[in-house]
Amino acid sequence: MAIARFWRETPRRYNLGGSRCTVCTTVYFPPRSVCPTCTTHRQSLGKMEPFQLSGDGEVVTFTVVHEAANGFEMLVPYALAIVQTVEGPLLTGQVVNLRPEDLQIGLKVRATFRKLREEGPAGVIHYGYKFAPKEEAAMAPRPGRGSEQAPAASHAPEPSRARA
Amino acid sequence: MEAGIVSYGVYVPRYRITPAEIGQVWGVDGVAMGQGLNIERKSVPAPDEDTITISTEALRVALLRGKIDPQEIGALYVGSESHPYAVKPTATIVAHAVGATPNLTAADFEFACKAGTAAIQTCLGLVRSGMVKYGVAIGTDTSQGAPGDALEYSASAGGAALVIGRDKVIATINQTVSYTTDTPDFWRREGQRYPSHGGRFTGEPAYFRHVGECAKQMFKTAGTTTKDYQHVVFHQPNGKFPRRIGTQLGFSDEQMKYGMVTPRIGNTYSAAALIGLANVLDHGEAGERILVVGYGSGAGSDAFDLTVTEELGTYDRSSGLPVQYFLDSGVELSYSVYAKFRGKIHMGEA
Repeated sequence: MAIARFWRETPRRYNLGGSRCTVCTTVYFPPRSVCPTCTTHRQSLGKMEPFQLSGDGEVVTFTVVHEAANGFEMLVPYALAIVQTVEGPLLTGQVVNLRPEDLQIGLKVRATFRKLREEGPAGVIHYGYKFAPKEEAAMAPRPGRGSEQAPAASHAPEPSRARA
Repeated sequence: MEAGIVSYGVYVPRYRITPAEIGQVWGVDGVAMGQGLNIERKSVPAPDEDTITISTEALRVALLRGKIDPQEIGALYVGSESHPYAVKPTATIVAHAVGATPNLTAADFEFACKAGTAAIQTCLGLVRSGMVKYGVAIGTDTSQGAPGDALEYSASAGGAALVIGRDKVIATINQTVSYTTDTPDFWRREGQRYPSHGGRFTGEPAYFRHVGECAKQMFKTAGTTTKDYQHVVFHQPNGKFPRRIGTQLGFSDEQMKYGMVTPRIGNTYSAAALIGLANVLDHGEAGERILVVGYGSGAGSDAFDLTVTEELGTYDRSSGLPVQYFLDSGVELSYSVYAKFRGKIHMGEA
């Protein structure tokens, strides 16, 4: 991918920068300069504003990729999901930090920052969002004196080896 | 002008490997090696993680906890010896990824394992002088030891981000001092894939001398003794060195308890002392005093004398993951998958 083309997309890929129609409040990702639902009356012209998605969402559906796309060979098998963000837009992205067989529809996820691909050993490295299970954060014990003594079973070390 | 830590965040990749698993590949008693180094396991980054992604994850947590507007960050420095690019700053990508660009100064720091503490000192100067509102100091690494080398049992991955400022300070930095000499205990030449080290030379004339002398310098400058500190954190290339220097200086196991994280995640290099400090802050209470002594080969030590403030009581420690989570959790890898993840397998020409 040309450097300039990817560079132009970094606000989206790094920070989930979308847009919102100030007339009907619909959020779009990737950003739109005109709102399709308000277009007939040209109401949204000049009334779209930048809007950053929180990165929180839920898996709507997913697939497990065994034949990797170029640059993803090290990651097979990996999960690719369509995520319904809390702000509305549907996003497609890889789900990391879990075994593909553990992925389920309805899983709460959050956006995480990862390396997407690199243009060979001497080329530019591209970064962007992927998704990771959100319950990691929810499982976190409230820090405090003595909390290290008995970790809850829910975040105990997983005994099995990764098959990635 | 008083200044200190306003917020902090930590990120450690989820994969782990044990010394026993590494040792069985090289015909070495890995269990004994692990016990000798006091390392139970070390963290391993996924193939799509590097110091840039780890720094970003850690800083996002810090900004969330401190409710800090990234546009108010005036300086951002990333200390590491494993920057993904030889030329092209890690700091610019991290700054962009957290929404801090474009009105800030940014740079990458390199000083073996103490580049992160050097970044804290720089931020402290900028904040105290009023040049910036917030300075961000990050220590991150995804370091590697050569296959079969003693370093392979300890070199791991992780990152910690500290936001330095004047308002709502959760830990005031009272003093900072440094001790620096030309000591060639550990190095990596340009173009070399793995670092080299002086074996036993990394101990007495390097780590112990610098950490010990720097700590004593701090006692003298701050007018303190070991008894004045509730917590002490040392750079921890393994689980053995910090315990030995701590005991030599007269610190108890209780004082070192929260600052020791390497036995569970390995040596995170530039992040090691900072993750130890983060664990202390996870458990800290107002009024407690902390001594942090970092170390970087080559060689130098930076020491910090900190006091936890009342602000920690209302600070949002529950957002993001506490250090304890990373110490407890993880998915163990076989050596073969670890070798694949770390690029140790020659894949041929693409």
